[in-house]
Amino acid sequence: MEIDPLIFRLSIFILSIFVGYYVVWSVTPSLHTPLMSVTNAISSVIIVGAIIAGLSGNSNSIFNSSSIFGFLAIALAAINIFGGFLVTQRMLAMYKKKKKDK
Amino acid sequence: MISANLSAIFYLVSGVLFILALRGLSSPETSRQGNLFGILGMIIAITVTFLSIGNFSTGFIFVLLFILLGGSIGAFIAYRIPMTAMPELVAGFHSLVGLAAVFVAISAFLNPEAFNLGTKGNIKLGSLIEMSIGAAVGAITFSGSIIAFLKLQGIMSGSPIVFKGQHPLNAIILISIVVLIYLLCASQSSNLFWILLAVSFLIGFLLIIPIGGADMPVVISMLNSYSGWAAAGIGFTLENTALIITGALVGSSGAILSYIMCKGMNRSFFNVILGGFGATDSSTSSSNKEQRPVKSGNADDAAFLMKNASSVIIVPGYGMAVAQAQHALREMVDTLKKNDIKVSYAIHPVAGRMPGHMNVLLAEANVPYDEVFELEEINNDFANADVAFVIGANDVTNPVAKTDPQSPIYGMPVLDVEKCKSVLFVKRSLSPGYAGIDNDLFYKENTLMLFADAKK
Repeated sequence: MEIDPLIFRLSIFILSIFVGYYVVWSVTPSLHTPLMSVTNAISSVIIVGAIIAGLSGNSNSIFNSSSIFGFLAIALAAINIFGGFLVTQRMLAMYKKKKKDK
Repeated sequence: MISANLSAIFYLVSGVLFILALRGLSSPETSRQGNLFGILGMIIAITVTFLSIGNFSTGFIFVLLFILLGGSIGAFIAYRIPMTAMPELVAGFHSLVGLAAVFVAISAFLNPEAFNLGTKGNIKLGSLIEMSIGAAVGAITFSGSIIAFLKLQGIMSGSPIVFKGQHPLNAIILISIVVLIYLLCASQSSNLFWILLAVSFLIGFLLIIPIGGADMPVVISMLNSYSGWAAAGIGFTLENTALIITGALVGSSGAILSYIMCKGMNRSFFNVILGGFGATDSSTSSSNKEQRPVKSGNADDAAFLMKNASSVIIVPGYGMAVAQAQHALREMVDTLKKNDIKVSYAIHPVAGRMPGHMNVLLAEANVPYDEVFELEEINNDFANADVAFVIGANDVTNPVAKTDPQSPIYGMPVLDVEKCKSVLFVKRSLSPGYAGIDNDLFYKENTLMLFADAKK
């Protein structure tokens, strides 16, 4: 009997929760704010679904009821992706070590 | 056009890059590289999506246009936002992830053919369950984050909003969501889908209003977690590994952060989520408050005390963020260092309005991160320090948490500032902290109060 592909996805999901658990515990507490902003940015990978939705219309009607929601989702996710990664970058650039000469 | 197998492999690669992005955050040196991994993973995921659809018609141009539009708004916000406003920004971003998840689910519901989920009115059962869970969690994330944002921004009062029958009402709504999902799967009715969304928006709103402003670190972390589960739900619908992996990562990350925050306050997760904390306590404690003598001083007294010290520990709190005093603080520390005074910083896990908030502010003011310590690392040093300089913090230093079992914050880990030879409090007033508890420290012999707007 063949295994339902859903089971494979479920396995990936469960294992990723464990990976996430151990990886996040190893994050140093002083970087918890960047952690939140970067998780924000990466969870916006939901944009791949938005792109599929946006391109679901045919050439005669690019905008149908379904693709409009797709386009809106693209814009929202893009705000998050750019905003999230850039603000993380900005924060991380501020973390400096003590200068040697002092 | 690339094959489905090849694109699945690329999605896996981008999922792994996201794991590496989080892994990089284990130390500040590797963190910048980690962020680049994250960006790379995102570029791969988006490119592969374009290639696998292979539709470079006019629609494609619109997709780029909307990415550009959203991207420029995001970039603008990222460069303009002051570091003190990070909690609001993160809450705002969470709401966008939630709403995007809802929109993708709506789109998939209206046009399931585009996603290979069956036909309209006859969507595959598994996909419909995943889709409705993703949409419901996304909607809760959206409206919850909006409330969190409004509370943090001060547009809405930070005090908890409680009313009679609140918890039974919320429980009924949560149960009705489960029932709605069941009915939706049985009937495929689009009306039920819209009702499900409306009810989910409502419950997100109702769940967050009873939670007080100072519990926002837990709320933000929790919403962070929800946004991850929403993404994972959509990932199952779209059969996309990158989304499933990311959703699981973000979901567990948020859950761990909420756990750390709750532990920092010695409260259970449910105690925080059920809300209402501080609303009842403050009334009782203010009624039996007697006038007790307080030693207050001015900036000169403080300067004198610190000049004669050999080591100073600074304890920053939310008040520092409100007054944007981190730069002024850093200038003061520079003067101290010129006089060969050892300075370090002590950060309580729940100081500020989000996890790690104080660390970012200090980093912004060019404080080297190896002078900044966590509660467990530094707590024993207070006994050897001459001056503890508490700026805009209160509850996290209150010795009542160790001595009075009646106190609502009893058992909460606190910074032992009272063990210092002298304690300087920079605060706006004598008012108790959010927990509504008087801080005995104010009245101790060796405490000097400086009433100012934290900035001096």
